[in-house]
Amino acid sequence: MWAFGLYNYWIVIVLMMAGFYMVIAHGNLVKKIIGLNVFQTSVFILYISMGKVGGGTAPIISEGFTRYSNPLPHVLILTAIVVGVATAALGLALAVRIKEAYGTIEEDEIVKADTLS
Amino acid sequence: MAEFVDFILLGFLAVVALAMTRLRNLFAVAMLSGIYSLLSAVLFVVLDAVDVAFTEAAVGAGITTVLMIGTLALTGTEEKISGRHTMIPLLIVLFTGAALIYGTLDMPAFEDPQAPVHQHVAPKYLRDTPIETGVPNVVTAVLASYRGYDTLGETTVIFTAGLGVIILLGLGQRKPGGTA
Repeated sequence: MWAFGLYNYWIVIVLMMAGFYMVIAHGNLVKKIIGLNVFQTSVFILYISMGKVGGGTAPIISEGFTRYSNPLPHVLILTAIVVGVATAALGLALAVRIKEAYGTIEEDEIVKADTLS
Repeated sequence: MAEFVDFILLGFLAVVALAMTRLRNLFAVAMLSGIYSLLSAVLFVVLDAVDVAFTEAAVGAGITTVLMIGTLALTGTEEKISGRHTMIPLLIVLFTGAALIYGTLDMPAFEDPQAPVHQHVAPKYLRDTPIETGVPNVVTAVLASYRGYDTLGETTVIFTAGLGVIILLGLGQRKPGGTA
C-alpha cells in the first residue's frame, strides 16, 4: 500500500520545474503564461496528493463508508483553480495589448523597442 | 489498482510538461496544455477529489484553452528563437528542484492516514457536516456554508479580473489591427 512513498511529490517537483523553466528561459509572453499554468497545476496536484487517504473514498458522506479522504485541500484547490483562470485571462489580455502596442510579444524585441525610443 | 493508475498518469503528465518546454509552435503548446489539464483532472478523480476534477476539466481544460487559442489568433503562433542563454535558467531550475526534493524527504508517505494533515480539523468536518448543514458532500458544505464569505470574496476576485480584461481590451471600441 505504501509502495509509492514520495513518488507523487517527486513528479510534482518535475512538473513545477518544467513550468518554472518555461517562465524564466523563454522570451515569448504567451509561453510564459502557459508555464505559469503548468506550475499552478503542479501545486494543485501536490495539495490533492496530501489529502488522499489510503483505502478512503471521495468525501461525500454515505452509509457503508467510514474512511474518507481529507476534504479541506479540495476546497482550497477549487478556489485556486478559479482564481488561476482569472489571472491567466488577465495575463493573456495584457499580452494582446502588448502585441498591439509593440507589434511583438517577444521579450527581447520589446526591451529593444523600449531602449531605442 | 488505483496506485498503478496514479503512477501511469503522473508519468504522462511529466512527459507532456517536458514536451511543452521543448516545442516552439505555440498552437501545439496550447493543445498540450489542454491535454495536461485533462490528465490532471483524471488524476484528481483517482485521488478522490471529484469536485476538483470537474472544475479542472471545465475551467482548466475548457476555458483556459479557449482563451489561449483566442490570444494566439491575435499574437501569432510561432515562438522566435531568442539569442538568450539557456544554461543559467537550466542550472537555476535543477538547483531549485534538488532543494525541493531534499525538502520532500521529511514528508509523510503518500496515502498515510496518520499524516498530521488528517489529524486536526478534517475529522471534525467529516463528523459534523451532515448534522450541521444537512449536505452530504463535505466539499460543497465547506465551500458554500462554512466558508461562504470566502467564496463570495473569490467571486469579487473574478469580477475584478473580468473588469481588468474589459478595460485592457476596450470592449467593442477597438479598431482591428490598429496600434495604440
